Amino acid sequence: MPVSLTNSRLIFDALKECDIRLVSALPETWLVHLIRLADEDREMILVRLAKEEEGVGISAGAHFAGLKSAMLMQNHGFLASINGIVSFAHLYRIPLLMLVSYRGSLGERDPWQTQGGNISEAILRALAIPYFCLDAPETVKKRIRQAQTLAESSLQPVALLLTRDLMWEE
Amino acid sequence: MLRIDCLRSVYSELENCLVVTIMGAVAAELHSLGHRPNFFYLQHAMGLASSTGLGLALCLPEQRVIVFDGDGSVLMNLGGLSTMARYRPKKLVHIVFDNESLLSVGGFPTATSTGTDLEGIARASGIPRVATVRSVENFKAAVTDAMHGNELTTIIAKVEAKGPAAYVTDLSLLENRFQFRRHIQSLKRS
Repeated sequence: MPVSLTNSRLIFDALKECDIRLVSALPETWLVHLIRLADEDREMILVRLAKEEEGVGISAGAHFAGLKSAMLMQNHGFLASINGIVSFAHLYRIPLLMLVSYRGSLGERDPWQTQGGNISEAILRALAIPYFCLDAPETVKKRIRQAQTLAESSLQPVALLLTRDLMWEE
Repeated sequence: MLRIDCLRSVYSELENCLVVTIMGAVAAELHSLGHRPNFFYLQHAMGLASSTGLGLALCLPEQRVIVFDGDGSVLMNLGGLSTMARYRPKKLVHIVFDNESLLSVGGFPTATSTGTDLEGIARASGIPRVATVRSVENFKAAVTDAMHGNELTTIIAKVEAKGPAAYVTDLSLLENRFQFRRHIQSLKRS
């Protein structure tokens, strides 16, 4: 499977350096290594979800408990989380660091992913969620740190879109 | 059985717990008994009170966490029961007030009014301890038992579809949220 192990590890190490202690996740192809790394790390609490919106509540609980967390999801999972984001994270000013695999963008071969790719950035903008596309390995560490800093200082969700260039080797 | 009587029967037990409630009647009634800094009322995001309790319980495994949920909210996040069961934090007590109704929006009947069995769903999801109670006496006994036990428990409390006269409290959402977090941080320091 040509999901980049090197860049998955780069992302995971950057999360660890930000003192992220809990990761919620719903599996998808591009996230397979990231989820495995979280599962194998004894310092990390991994919560495997049935639906991504649960992750908003999990992260809110972690924030109240004083732990930093991150959410791993596909962009369709982000779409499935919108009510939780608006009526919990926005309403109650909960910091969320969302790492979202950007399926359905340039180079996508799976027809079923393409509609989500069309509208992901437009929805993020409509929700006034700050976001950044992660595509270059050399910027991963810095951008994750910056996104985590902004989420904590602004007490709001911040999204990093994990692009094909970063996550896929072909 | 009235929900307010159930809440009153265990109110004194809640002092050393972290309590998360759903919106509507549950929040308003618990608040009316006397707000405490260890109470967080999730006044929207239906379904996520249980997920919030799970997040708290996973991060603070020594801390007793109580979630006051409702049938309408649980039905919006049935998958959340499977996630709770998957990790089954020992000190999480999940109480579902089942009035078979979406009361605060006009009393529309939920699927529990036509036979959907939340106890069966919770049990089949893998929640290790599940009970249904129909009297205040049994409610208090089941909750007290769960709070002194060491196993994830879901209690379905069948209550009447009657709520308070008003749902809005004088506690702002953000004040509640910051106070709740500050309370938890003070526990960690002490």
